[in-house]
Amino acid sequence: MPSSSSDVALEVRGLGKRYEIGEQERYLALRDVIARAVTKPLAGLTGRGRSDRSAESDRIFWALRDVDFTLNHGEALGIIGRNGAGKSTLLKILSRITEPTEGEAVVAGRVGALLEVGTGFHPELTGRENILLNGSILGMRRTEILRKFDEIVDFADVHRFIDTPVKRFSSGMRARLAFAVAAFLETDILVVDEVLAVGDAEFQRKCMGKMGDATREGRTVLFVTHNMTAVESLCARSIWLEGGRVHADGPTSEVVSKYLSTSFSLQSEQSWPDVQEAPGNHTVRLHRVAVHPEGGSSSDAIDVRTPISIDIDYWNLKEGARLNLSLHVYNEQGVEVFNALPYLEREWQGKPFPRGLYRDTCHIPANLLNDGLHRVELLVVENSAYVIFHMEDALLFDVRDDPIGREGWYGNWEGAVRPQLAWETRQLEAGAAIPEAMRD
Amino acid sequence: MTVRQVTRIAAARGGLRVDWAELWAYRDLLYFLTWRDVKVRYKQTALGVAWAVLQPVAAMLVFSVFFGLLARLPSDGVPYPVFAYAALVPWTFFANAVIQGSNSLVDQEALLTKVYFPRLLAPTAAVLAGLIDVAIAAVVLIAMLLIYGIVPTLALLTIPLFLVLACVTALAVAIWLSALNVRFRDVRYTLPFLVQIWLFASPVVYPSSLVPAPWNLLYALNPMASVIDGFRWALLGTAEFPGLRLLVSLAVVALLLVGGLRYFRSVERSFADAI
Repeated sequence: MPSSSSDVALEVRGLGKRYEIGEQERYLALRDVIARAVTKPLAGLTGRGRSDRSAESDRIFWALRDVDFTLNHGEALGIIGRNGAGKSTLLKILSRITEPTEGEAVVAGRVGALLEVGTGFHPELTGRENILLNGSILGMRRTEILRKFDEIVDFADVHRFIDTPVKRFSSGMRARLAFAVAAFLETDILVVDEVLAVGDAEFQRKCMGKMGDATREGRTVLFVTHNMTAVESLCARSIWLEGGRVHADGPTSEVVSKYLSTSFSLQSEQSWPDVQEAPGNHTVRLHRVAVHPEGGSSSDAIDVRTPISIDIDYWNLKEGARLNLSLHVYNEQGVEVFNALPYLEREWQGKPFPRGLYRDTCHIPANLLNDGLHRVELLVVENSAYVIFHMEDALLFDVRDDPIGREGWYGNWEGAVRPQLAWETRQLEAGAAIPEAMRD
Repeated sequence: MTVRQVTRIAAARGGLRVDWAELWAYRDLLYFLTWRDVKVRYKQTALGVAWAVLQPVAAMLVFSVFFGLLARLPSDGVPYPVFAYAALVPWTFFANAVIQGSNSLVDQEALLTKVYFPRLLAPTAAVLAGLIDVAIAAVVLIAMLLIYGIVPTLALLTIPLFLVLACVTALAVAIWLSALNVRFRDVRYTLPFLVQIWLFASPVVYPSSLVPAPWNLLYALNPMASVIDGFRWALLGTAEFPGLRLLVSLAVVALLLVGGLRYFRSVERSFADAI
């Protein structure tokens, strides 16, 4: 068997993976093959027959194409990109689940893949049994698993349930156990896909720590994630995949900021110069809506510490209308974060509006919105009673995470809002009052 | 600096040869997959291990009534129940092994699409797991031999040989069908029918002496005919040692297995995409 002692852990050259759209019907029925056999005998029976049908090139889809990169031992590489950009296909090829259509990857060392936690768990088996089974599925020898057994149980923190069938585990416990098994796998190259999506805060911190250890121990890590904060803290280098190709490869901070600035089809501004064409009705028509950092423009980035303004410019077509706007802001989960009304506005509130063009600006303070996508829904209300105009997707903007001040916590920050709240800690009594026996 | 094994991942890697070294490296996984199949099979059933006995015993009762009592099929001079049961022990194993083995890849779709391991282990483990059933069903067989006062001869020692033949036959069939099943789900629906036909093509309910002599070698193309005759010969002293027929069966199994392995290897790479 060939071996290597060079520094290169992984060399990927011209890697490509082609799918046929027809494969989405998932499996063939024999009758399809029989029907096809009439035109092309035997082509259907072997796995290769299918890729020969070049006539159907319009049904061909390259999940990955011309991917080249080299990874040294001990390096941690982040792989980012939109859904469907080819990230998972790349990991599947590297972990040998599926084979490439063209090109090659040369891997020096054992690859351990953690593609989806809990794969291979059997619900009827106990935690103990599943550790053994899952460990061996991941390629561990029996003795190796037994040697690490206690560490795995400790890490997953499932001592009490170790002899309970896994079907009685909570999803969090299941995820912890699965990650623990994979984390203790001694492989040269660790392939990780989105582990941070699971588990509670405490466990996510442990996962990140473990992955950091892995890189420090000289293991090579390939980390696929949507979590930019995590990738920035774990991987010095990242690859951005777009449409199956390497779009950028370099220092993570550069790649991530490039990715973030172009990756979302956000809608931070809309305008309708022609009042005749503008959305609205006989009373009110929109002119422009925009969201931007206070004092900045709508193309500027917003993070959790940015004060934000939302501008709504509109024409009042009806002399003396009493109008007020209502903004509903929803987060990615569809939760309404808040509803804002201009009740604190002094000059026009409750007064009849002469015809003309108006601008309402709503100020959202810094440290209010949590990170993630936000959608703004706009309502125009007449006489504080009737909704005369309604626009569901007026604006869509992204509030970026702020990597500073998270104290080593990289998972999701929970909650619809993320305020910086005043907090104080005081010592009320000195330790002398605690009885000797109770001191730890 | 450590020396690491280098793997080259590319299209059509490695050809059609079975990577025995890799299979050996994964031997613990074969053990755990087999062990899992055994555990899981009985964990959620109310009757548990009793199923291993119930299936052949029920078949034995039905066959005894209809084929033995009513149809009066000959049974080579031994009571029909024990005649039938001696065949049902290897047959039930074989039938279950073929069904479980053929569905093994499709049933483990989640695993196949997320983790790499030598795919051959899936049908192999499914077939091996059935051996536990044989051991349990054998307890009833021993009881029946005692009840009918049948004392086996030293020929009993050849039983493992015939069991291995049944095992390899089931494996060869399961390797073919499990791979075909990934691409053609028709296999799943054809299986019960196939197994039923095969049952009547094997001397389970009737003695192979019913088959006219000129057809003997043709009959041996069915390895299970040799296995069942071997069982009867070793346990009951009926039938004759399948000698020449055994050689024919061995050749058939060898061909089936080699062909199956090659076919399996040729489609193995596309399992994750096709499943």
